[in-house]
Amino acid sequence: MPRYSVGERLRSRVSTVEVVVVRASSADLEVTCAGVPVARDGEEMRHQGSGAFAGEETLLGKRYEDQNSGLELLCVVPGSGRLAVAERPLALKSPKPLPSSD
Amino acid sequence: MNISMLLTMAATGAPDAVAVEHRARRSTYAQLARLSAGGAGIVSREGADSVLFLGVNSTALPVALFAAAAAGVPFVPLNYRLSAEQVRALAGRFQRPLTITDAAEVLDGPGPTYGLQEWVDACSAAEPLASADVDPESIAVLLFTSGTTAEPKAAVLRHRHLVSYVLSTVEFGSAGPDEANLVSVPPYHIAAVANLLTNIYAGRRLVYLDSFSPGAWLDLARASGATHAMLVPTMLARIADHLAERGEPTPGLRSVSYGGARMPQAVLEQVLAAFPDTGFVNAYGLTETSSTIALLGPDDHRAAVASDAPEVRARLGSVGRPVPGVTIAVFDAQGRLCPPGVRGELRVKGPQVAGEYLGGGALLDKDGWFHTRDQAYLDADGYLFVEGRLDDTIIRGGENIAPAEIEETLLAHPQVADAAVVGMADDEWGQRILAYVVPHSTAQPDAEELRSWVRTRLRSSKTPDEVIFRTDLPRTETGKILRRLLHLDTVDSSSGSVS
Repeated sequence: MPRYSVGERLRSRVSTVEVVVVRASSADLEVTCAGVPVARDGEEMRHQGSGAFAGEETLLGKRYEDQNSGLELLCVVPGSGRLAVAERPLALKSPKPLPSSD
Repeated sequence: MNISMLLTMAATGAPDAVAVEHRARRSTYAQLARLSAGGAGIVSREGADSVLFLGVNSTALPVALFAAAAAGVPFVPLNYRLSAEQVRALAGRFQRPLTITDAAEVLDGPGPTYGLQEWVDACSAAEPLASADVDPESIAVLLFTSGTTAEPKAAVLRHRHLVSYVLSTVEFGSAGPDEANLVSVPPYHIAAVANLLTNIYAGRRLVYLDSFSPGAWLDLARASGATHAMLVPTMLARIADHLAERGEPTPGLRSVSYGGARMPQAVLEQVLAAFPDTGFVNAYGLTETSSTIALLGPDDHRAAVASDAPEVRARLGSVGRPVPGVTIAVFDAQGRLCPPGVRGELRVKGPQVAGEYLGGGALLDKDGWFHTRDQAYLDADGYLFVEGRLDDTIIRGGENIAPAEIEETLLAHPQVADAAVVGMADDEWGQRILAYVVPHSTAQPDAEELRSWVRTRLRSSKTPDEVIFRTDLPRTETGKILRRLLHLDTVDSSSGSVS
């Protein structure tokens, strides 16, 4: 089981989806996209599968979290396929708006 | 993760929306991404170790910043008001800088030079750099401190600091399609760097004003349909004065944030009255903390204005509460945590806090705190009050006195336009209090009258020992008082009177 670090980029093997780890998990676990483990930073990767999973879009700029472990991912390249850990789908995190200070 | 990813995401999400406009030139996110990739190609082929930017706000600025980021070299905006000699000294710290400036004659060092427009044109024609993996540990931006006391130091901001700041304070693509941010802070200030990154990430159009005057700002605010703006207190004060003098209508801005220097209470009340429909945000931060670490939002401003409770009303002078991811605390001189209401040094930690200077190593203490050297206290509800630099504290007769409190009191006097208070060595008291006062143009206040004004509002130990009238005060461009220059003036004038 991998332990991901903050800032690490993970890529789906089955679609265009790429995410960045914005909060690390408290435990070792494996992120999957459409059920297939994602590739880690620097890992050689060949795409497998169709890249299309109806109704399971991962959206650009959205955050996905696993409340059990605290893992939080930010989608930096959108695409198809639901993100999950230990077969638990990650939940879309709702933003907490902050007034613009810049 | 590095800051060029923020632009890539914006260009993926809304390629055809306008990202930046300067005068007649508008560039979309896709165009900005293409220009930046071309710029990165130029930086890489030139073998440059840094990108120096000596110029005004314009399209060349974001292209330079993102080109440097994608090529993995530091972006270094320089103050265009420095002398040629000072610019050469700063540029001389780099082996092979690529410099973007319309004042190339001031440089004589190695490395290629581009004019601002020439740079944008060259980026447009250049072969883009294939996206490279830039280490989040590498330096994204170097900002020279104003160097009011010594040789300028270069504050280091790494990619991970800036990205942490953006991700913890801004939701991607959260700006409405009509939103635009009017930018008038100079490019070499941390506020300009933060402004650029957060507005690109939010998807809010940037409207650049290259040279600030209250009239030009108001004209552009109306013409561009700006909904947001960031200003330093002295700019806001001049805009409010201009509106009052001309009786012109107030532009319909939704949000104005201010920061970069202390906002005097009297000015804030004038500004709030001049912009009744605008939400105000007081943002407090330092170069070393990747910009904002605490903010007082529009709701806090409104609650303070409407409240009769003194502790709530006092929050108009507060910088609010910390932003997500940032932890703040106030420590006394013995390193003990101060309870609410007790003054001490503000310390801060979090992933956006860099606290590092080039060649000086990390300045964080063993517990991860960055020592801001700002005097501050927290109220019972966690609102932060910052009173100025600890180094500016006046110690008179063993009592610690913050100049800000006396300055605020002087500024509340109807005949006072500006005021600065400093300590001067004194044999009897250790330090005595000097007040430099700029009267309103038609006023002729009396020094004794002003001393008595302060004495009745504060107490006798905080009464200026001497009041010196001036026609203006030396300030940085963000409005911070250059206290050292006040001292120099005094030394000059007193030695003059002796001879």
